[in-house]
Amino acid sequence: MNPKTPLIGGKKSLITRRSALKTLGAASALALSPGYVRYAQAQTAEPLKLGFQLHSTGIGAGYGRWYDRTTHAAVKLINDAGGIAGRQVEIITEDDGTDPKRGAEVVEKFASQHKVDFVFGTLFSHVVIGSAPRAGELKMPYFVVSEGYHVASGALNRYVFQPGITDVRSQVSSMAPWIAGNLGKKVTMIFPDYAFGHDHRDFFTAAIEKQGGSIAALLAIPPTETSYTKYFAQIPADTEVIYHVMVGPGVLTFVKEMGEHFGSKRPQIFGFIDSLEAVDLASPGLEFLDGTYFWEAFPRYAGAEQSPYDKFYREKVGVDANGASTGDPKDIATYSHMFGCWETLYTIKQAVEASGYKSAADKGALIEAVEAITSFAEGNEHPQGNKTFDGKRHQCYGHQFISKVEGAKLNVVHKTSIEDGLYENDTDYTKQPL
Amino acid sequence: MIANQRSLILHAGLIVILFALQFLLPDYHHTNFTSIMVLATYAMGYNILVGYTGLLSLGHAMFFAAGLYGAGMGVYYLELHPVLAFILGSVAGLLLAIAIGLIALRTTGVAFMIVTLMFAQAAFLVTLYFNDITHGDEGLTLTQAARGFDLLGWHVDLTNPSQRYNLALALFLGALLLCLALVRSPVGRVLVAIRENEERTKMLGYDARRYKLLALSLSGLLSSAAGAAYVLFFGYVGSSFAAIPYSIYPLLWVLLGGVGTVVGPVIGTLLMFYLIEISRDHTSSYMIVVGVVLVLLVLWFPKGIAGTIRARWWGWIP
Repeated sequence: MNPKTPLIGGKKSLITRRSALKTLGAASALALSPGYVRYAQAQTAEPLKLGFQLHSTGIGAGYGRWYDRTTHAAVKLINDAGGIAGRQVEIITEDDGTDPKRGAEVVEKFASQHKVDFVFGTLFSHVVIGSAPRAGELKMPYFVVSEGYHVASGALNRYVFQPGITDVRSQVSSMAPWIAGNLGKKVTMIFPDYAFGHDHRDFFTAAIEKQGGSIAALLAIPPTETSYTKYFAQIPADTEVIYHVMVGPGVLTFVKEMGEHFGSKRPQIFGFIDSLEAVDLASPGLEFLDGTYFWEAFPRYAGAEQSPYDKFYREKVGVDANGASTGDPKDIATYSHMFGCWETLYTIKQAVEASGYKSAADKGALIEAVEAITSFAEGNEHPQGNKTFDGKRHQCYGHQFISKVEGAKLNVVHKTSIEDGLYENDTDYTKQPL
Repeated sequence: MIANQRSLILHAGLIVILFALQFLLPDYHHTNFTSIMVLATYAMGYNILVGYTGLLSLGHAMFFAAGLYGAGMGVYYLELHPVLAFILGSVAGLLLAIAIGLIALRTTGVAFMIVTLMFAQAAFLVTLYFNDITHGDEGLTLTQAARGFDLLGWHVDLTNPSQRYNLALALFLGALLLCLALVRSPVGRVLVAIRENEERTKMLGYDARRYKLLALSLSGLLSSAAGAAYVLFFGYVGSSFAAIPYSIYPLLWVLLGGVGTVVGPVIGTLLMFYLIEISRDHTSSYMIVVGVVLVLLVLWFPKGIAGTIRARWWGWIP
């Protein structure tokens, strides 16, 4: 640059002070005009980086695929509307193989290599529990979409939240009043003999007894079992309701053998849809389920009571009225779980904007902002329904649904109240240091 | 230069490189190397049995898990000092190895593989069956506070990356020295003799079963020490670590790095870790990539990397 021809000031200036001020003024007016503010911020601010811990491979891959679709649909919507606090959201995905060891490594990779702001999206409980210690050590806000009781139980740490989906203890507890009042009070439970099944065993037993019911038998199925006939023979004759939560590849065999055992004369049957997420109810072998009941967190089939928010959510994610992909009617969604990703992203948005979060230095403020949330209103951001949020437990609580299988479809027969699923515990993460 | 000096330079060089890497590696790889050194210790334990004694186990996850659960539950339920928990976990694996050895070493070859696989599967199911204590597949986490302790006026925080790295290096160094001492000792030579020709070794007057029990015990001890260190360093214990994949991994690491070489297990563990890591960045079908690379490596390095180098160029590698 030639010092004799200054850009501003001096006789030979190319840009006069007045013209410079005019230009600056015009630019400022434009930048501050309504509609441009968001755009200007979005274009200049660093994107908000979210680490998406995805089960792309391993036992959770079926769920992972739909978690991925839901997440990208929500992020597109958020970004099209101006992002979070004016910052565009950038999703960085890492596969954890549905493995707890890899899960912890992925959290580390997000924090130290990708330098993300937060991590979210983990589903399987063992991966959440394996990853959570590292998230706490790294002081990385970690939003899980798992429905496990591990967060609310107090077993994890202050950096772990589950704001998008109700935990299994609440889900199970909220089923008991309706089952006792409509199906029967003597219940035989059939459940896998590991932690997921034990949660159902313990929480439902307590809940049904609270309703004046009783457990006729507890049939724990070893995880290596491939045939179930011998267990059906152990069901007491006076059982009024069979409660089943079988999951995994053996579920079709389980249903088929249950049908062969009971024929047309059977007790009432109630199950958790976890058994049949991403499975077409019209699949051969599932005919026996006709007339039985299922818990759903979010009704797979869009019935007469469909909310406008569900309609909006389905359209954006690409799910038809039967809970299948709009591009492939055989591709069934994991509808009772994947909404948790959508709602979690909007919770992150709410907390970032409330806390004024800008960088890693503000993570404490963000944690406190999430803990300050008390409820979520039903709407496009929370299409599953309104919820309460317990800041001490880091857990949300919402409505649940009971649906009857009729003609290979699920029709909602009951919607629980949030109060049906409430329970007592003394978890208080806010006492832990940040 | 005589073989001993070359060996000393190789192994000392490896330790120096690992020590220096902590100052050079970015954070993510720093933690990865901590994990790799612990898992390489597990692989070295496995190598004592398969590489030097010729006994192919398909059940080593039970020893790794014995250390993991012994130390993890010691801290979680008994609030043990982490050093005591480490010793408890290691001893748990040693005792389990002796007990399993007394039964399984009545068999050889394929039968030994099946018996060890069966015991490991039983151990895995035990972790699920006693869910009320172990929390089964979901597992348990150790708090940060429980993973810190004072020792000789020095505060050790096992969640601190630098301290954790150097403790993992110390564990790896201990395992390396133990393996080197073993393979150069008369006992180690008897183990190799058993691997090469068990009947002839017996005819020479050695009690082969006793030596094999010793090899299995040391192998179990190193495996459980690695498991105990893993839970103390990373704060999680769950049944997935007792499942079949964790019996297969050390086999792959050792085969890839070089069966019957002291440095082979660490080479194999490192290579496999980053092979998966890099291929995972490019495709969700990363195991296909890993499989193809492994096939190519077996074609070009039939005795594993260190094993092939020893066979072709550096015959002095122990």
